[in-house]
Amino acid sequence: MRTLAALILTFLWAVPASAKPVDAVASFTVLADMVRQVGGDRVLVSSLVGPNGDPHVFEPSPDDARRLKQADLVFVSGLGLEGWMDRLIEASGYRGTIVVASEGIRTRAMEEDGKRIIDPHAWNSAANGVVYVGNIVKALSAADPEGAAQYAANGRRYAEELRQLDGYARQMVATVPPDRRKVLTSHDAFGYFGDAYGVKFLAPVGFSTESEASAGTVAKLIDQIKAEHVTAYFFENSNDPKLIRQIARATKAEPGGELYVEALSKPDGPAPSYAAMFRRNVDLMVAAMKRN
Amino acid sequence: MIAGLYQATVAPFVDYGFMRRALVACLALSIGSGPIGVLLMLRRMSLVGDALSHAVLPGAAVGFLIAGLSLWAMGLGGLVAGLAVALLSGLVSRATSLREDATFAGSYLASLALGVLIVSTHGSNIDLLHVLFGTILAIDDNALDLMGAITSVSAVALAAIYRPLILECFDPGFLRAVGGRGSLYHLVFLVLVVLNLVAGFEALGTLMAVGLMMLPALASRFWAPTVPGMMAAAAAFAFASGLIGLIASYRFGLPSGPAIVLTASAFYAASLVLGRNGGFLRRWWPRPHLAA
Repeated sequence: MRTLAALILTFLWAVPASAKPVDAVASFTVLADMVRQVGGDRVLVSSLVGPNGDPHVFEPSPDDARRLKQADLVFVSGLGLEGWMDRLIEASGYRGTIVVASEGIRTRAMEEDGKRIIDPHAWNSAANGVVYVGNIVKALSAADPEGAAQYAANGRRYAEELRQLDGYARQMVATVPPDRRKVLTSHDAFGYFGDAYGVKFLAPVGFSTESEASAGTVAKLIDQIKAEHVTAYFFENSNDPKLIRQIARATKAEPGGELYVEALSKPDGPAPSYAAMFRRNVDLMVAAMKRN
Repeated sequence: MIAGLYQATVAPFVDYGFMRRALVACLALSIGSGPIGVLLMLRRMSLVGDALSHAVLPGAAVGFLIAGLSLWAMGLGGLVAGLAVALLSGLVSRATSLREDATFAGSYLASLALGVLIVSTHGSNIDLLHVLFGTILAIDDNALDLMGAITSVSAVALAAIYRPLILECFDPGFLRAVGGRGSLYHLVFLVLVVLNLVAGFEALGTLMAVGLMMLPALASRFWAPTVPGMMAAAAAFAFASGLIGLIASYRFGLPSGPAIVLTASAFYAASLVLGRNGGFLRRWWPRPHLAA
C-alpha cells in the first residue's frame, strides 16, 4: 500500500517537468536568437551578454550565476570566444550539458603576434550559421524529446532562411568588382565572412578587445589603406571607435555605418535578430565597397 | 647614417598626423603635469594619481546613466567626482589629525565602491572606464585642444599661486601667522591636480596620464636641488620619454602607452643610481667635502 502511494507520488512529481518550457541560457545575443528561432514557444531563452555587449570580456553578476544554475541547457558558441564561461559554470554549480554550437565547423586560424589562434567568430558566415542550427536542433531534441518534431521543422525552416542569406551575400558581393572588395573595420572578427564571400578585411587590432595597438601597426595600416584605396570604414557597436576614426582621418575614409558583429542591437534597433544583422552587414559593406 | 637616423627618429612624425598629434599631446602633458607631479611627490601624495583613476567611476557612471555613452557627459561626471574626492580629502586633512595620504585613501575607496554599486545596479556590462579612458594614438584635434587649454591654465595658475603654495608646504604655521589663506592655495592646487589627471585619462588613458605625471617628477628629484629646477627637469624627462617611447612603439611595434611609461621608468631607474642629488652612487661614495 505504501509502495503504491510512493509510486503514485513519484509519477505525479515527474509529470509537470515535461510540460514547462525548456530553460535555456545562451552565452550571447546572436546565439540566443538562433536558439529562440529553433525552440519556438517550447524554449525560454535568455542571454548572458546583453545587446550591444562584448562576448570576449563579459563580467558576470551573481544573478547570472543563479540563472545558470537553474538552467536546463546552456549554449556556447565555443572556439575560445567565451573565455569566461568555464569559471562561471564552475562558480554557479551548473551540472547539465553545455552545447557547443560551433561543433563541426571548418575552422580557420589566424596569426596574431606570432601565435596561431582559432578564429572564434564563426557565425559571421551564414553557411556556418546552418551548422549552428543543426547542433541546436540536436541538443534541444535530446533535452526535450517530445518537441523533437517541432524543433526539426523550425530548424529546417530557419536553415533554409540562412542558406538564402548565404546566397544573397554571394550575389551582392559579386556585383562589386574584384579589386574593390576591401573593408576597413575596427575589429578583426570578419574572418569567416571574408573567406566565405571573398572580401578582404583590414583592421588595426586583433581578436581580443584587450590588446592595445602600437604606433608601428597603426602606421602600417594607414599605408596599406592608402595603397589599396579603401574609402569607407566601419566600427562595431561593442568597440571604442576613437582609434578607427583616427586611422580613417589619416586616410580620408568616411564612416560607412555601424556594423553589428558580436552582439545584436536592442529589439527596437536595426539588428534585432541574427538574420537581420547578417543582411544589414552585407548591405552596408557592399555599399561601401562600391565606393572604393 | 644621417639618413638612417632621420628615418628612424624624424620621419615617422613627418609622415603621420597621428604621430605628430601624439607628440604634441606628450608636450602638453609634460608642461602641465610635470610640475604638478613634483609638488605631489614633495607633499607625499604620489599615489593620488592612481587612486584618482578609480575615484572617477561614480561620476562617469552617473554621466553614462544620464546621457549614454557620451564622452562629454562621462568626462564631466568623472571630473566632478574627482574634484569631490580631492577637495573632500583636502578639507578632512585640514580639519582632523589625518594626513593627506590617509584622507585621500578614505575618499577614493568610498567613491570607487559607490561607482561599482551604481554600475552594477543600473549600468550594463560595458566597462565604462575602458570606454572613457583613451589611448595616445587615438588623440584627435578636439582632445588636443582640450589638453592644451588645460595645460596652459594649469601652468599659469601654478605660477600665480607658487609662492604661497610652497610656503604652505614648508611652514604652514608661519603662513597662518601672517594671515595667508593656506587652505585656499592647497585646494586650488588639488583642483589643478584633478583637472590635469582627468583630462589625461580621457585623452591618454590612466597608465600614461599618471605615469608621465609621477615618474619624471621622481627622476627629477635626483638632479635638481631647487623646486623650480625639479619642475623643469620633470618636464624635460616627461617629453623625452614621450618622444623615445613613441619612436620605440613605431619601430618595434610595442604598444604605445606602456612603451612611453617604461622609458620614463628607465629614466627614473637611471636617476636613482646616478643622480647627483641623493642618488644611490652619490650617497655611498660621496665626493670629498670642500677643504677649509
